[in-house]
Amino acid sequence: MSGIVDQVQRQKALKTDRMTINMGPQHPSTHGVLRLLVTTDGEIVDHVEPVIGYLHRCKEKIAENLPYYQFMPYTDRLDYLAGMNNNWAWAMAVEKLAGVKVPERAEYIRVMFGELNRIASHLVAVGTFGLDLGTFTPVLYCFHEREKILDLFEATCGARLTYNYYRIGGVAKDLPDGLVTKIREFLDPFEKRIDELNTLLSENHIFVRRTANVGVFPPALALDYGVTGPSLRASGVPHDLRRAAPYSIYDRFKFEVVVGRGEKGTVGDTWDRYDCRVREMSESVKIVRQCLDGLPDGEVRTKLPAVFKPPKGHVLFKAENPKGELGYYVVSDGSPKPSRVHIRGPSFCNLSIIPAVCRGVMLADLVAILGSIDIVLGEVDR
Amino acid sequence: MVTPREIHDRLKAQFPDDVGDFVEEPVEFFSEVKPAAVGRVCAFLKEDPELSFNYLVSISSVDLTANLAAVYHLESMDLESGRTRHAFVMRAQAPRDNPVIASVATVWGTAIWQEREVYDLMGITFEGHPDLKRILTDDDWVGHPLRKDYVFPKTYRGIDLE
Amino acid sequence: MTLQNRFEDNVILTTVDAAINYCRASSLWPMTFGLACCAIEMMATGMARYDLARFGAEVFRPSPRQSDLMIVAGTVSLKMATRLKTLYDQMPEPRYVMSLGSCANRGGPYYLYGYHVLKGVDRIVPVDVYVPGCPPIPEALLDGLMKLQARIREEGRHFRRLAKVGGETQEGPKGA
Repeated sequence: MSGIVDQVQRQKALKTDRMTINMGPQHPSTHGVLRLLVTTDGEIVDHVEPVIGYLHRCKEKIAENLPYYQFMPYTDRLDYLAGMNNNWAWAMAVEKLAGVKVPERAEYIRVMFGELNRIASHLVAVGTFGLDLGTFTPVLYCFHEREKILDLFEATCGARLTYNYYRIGGVAKDLPDGLVTKIREFLDPFEKRIDELNTLLSENHIFVRRTANVGVFPPALALDYGVTGPSLRASGVPHDLRRAAPYSIYDRFKFEVVVGRGEKGTVGDTWDRYDCRVREMSESVKIVRQCLDGLPDGEVRTKLPAVFKPPKGHVLFKAENPKGELGYYVVSDGSPKPSRVHIRGPSFCNLSIIPAVCRGVMLADLVAILGSIDIVLGEVDR
Repeated sequence: MVTPREIHDRLKAQFPDDVGDFVEEPVEFFSEVKPAAVGRVCAFLKEDPELSFNYLVSISSVDLTANLAAVYHLESMDLESGRTRHAFVMRAQAPRDNPVIASVATVWGTAIWQEREVYDLMGITFEGHPDLKRILTDDDWVGHPLRKDYVFPKTYRGIDLE
Repeated sequence: MTLQNRFEDNVILTTVDAAINYCRASSLWPMTFGLACCAIEMMATGMARYDLARFGAEVFRPSPRQSDLMIVAGTVSLKMATRLKTLYDQMPEPRYVMSLGSCANRGGPYYLYGYHVLKGVDRIVPVDVYVPGCPPIPEALLDGLMKLQARIREEGRHFRRLAKVGGETQEGPKGA
């Protein structure tokens, strides 16, 4: 009897206290320089406060000081995994403001590279997500495929990561000889690689146990926090700007808007967000194929004056990036430089849901949820 | 599908004193709203069953020299089909020497961070925000960089920036 | 008296410095210090195609206390600068710093209007190798690594000289 009494006494004397853990800003699983102030109750997360700004590179101020053409290379460095898509959104925002028409061939090239870059971005997302959960092999396969896409980009514009290829009114130059064949040569084996990835990672028992039913985003809450892109679609909302408000020539292509199905658990869980990216890659392959089939001949760039002055006005243009909706809010006062540029980074909004959904999850699950949102700090901090 | 003009007229009928002009610029139309009324106008826009603006796309800040403005881009999305039902833009201007706008952080969750960003970079104070502090720059940063009259710092924490 | 031919086969005679330097240069442990775009190229260098392991530097350590090479891959913002200094101070000696990319070298494209960007990481920590490029291609990173290794192999003289003067005249290595 006295033993039990002792035990109870000891438990009463045992102090329990909340602990604050600092994850980052230099931490391998925060995908860059993100800092998470985590208050934990044992293993359970009580409160998370992301601290951002460690990569604040003053993009909006720089935009005010440069002509419209010259801001293009800076957009590459927003979401540096999808430089083409950032270029594209900037070009389209200014084109919409100034009413510039883009040649047909340039539109096809833009869509094609946009989708190839989407695949490349998703490959990194999927690979590093596996890395966060402790599996090293998939990331090697993903990067191997990604290198092939980067080779295609390098052949076209000479850069592997920061392309500066799109121009206001078209693209910088036409495709090099034989690139169409090379893209086809890449696409055919790539589709088989996705199946391989599925057997390697998606159906992996440990992986599923770590991700299914973890970190569910209810659709209304996700939209309330401005979550877009695959993270929103995984919650069952089929919102894709390429379908909902088709820009460029997306209305011509047949593809499916991928939504979360809750195959392994609940709709909108971490596994669904991962799975949406994997399936989106196949959809992108479809679009690239249609682009290749319909690629017309002709000019790739509209001639614009050297000193380019859009008329007075303002516009918010949004495009569907691999991470979500990237928006540029451009205010023009009629001068060669924008009066104000605001960048609505999808990662910034997607990250802001973390405090709302991470209450009560395990500390290890926090890493899984963070990895599944697929943030890029260049875009969060801008 | 409701046009911005119709939304503006409804707002005008609901809040005759708080809603100003409807500005038609070449690319985008927007309504002017009094800064102190932004909170209740937005709450109405979200709660009204017909309008139901459930998606705040972005809060952008603009330096208009005499005033500082916050531009709100709102969308109403159908969660079933993923389609955008209608969109609306509104702008609130506050005087430069005392830029205070009512917060919408309690209306949309995404506003919590977006308003902090506007506060950090443009220096607009949002009244009623639960935790208004700097977000991108550090707490000891001086000034609001996106204002047109911002002077770049020469040193920061003993680091030479020239 | 010579030591040559006084031992059995398979025994190599060398100075301790040369042996230590050889080992040190061949097994650099970098810290995973990805800051921005360059970090993606750093990751790509570690992956299958470029395979950093060929040069003995593939063991990316998450902790500064276990690493001896800090690859500053990307833009150092002012908010990050003080943290970077702290991390550098936590690394054990001997430690090396590689500045990867234009941003870390000199501020890069953010030099002019970047109010929140540190204009060169060498303003807060000493840098051994600068790698240019925005971002540098993986081959450039490998080249930088090999330059660093060549430098480490030469290091013996440097330390001996420092030991001889006993800290009275802090003389650096020739050509540094």
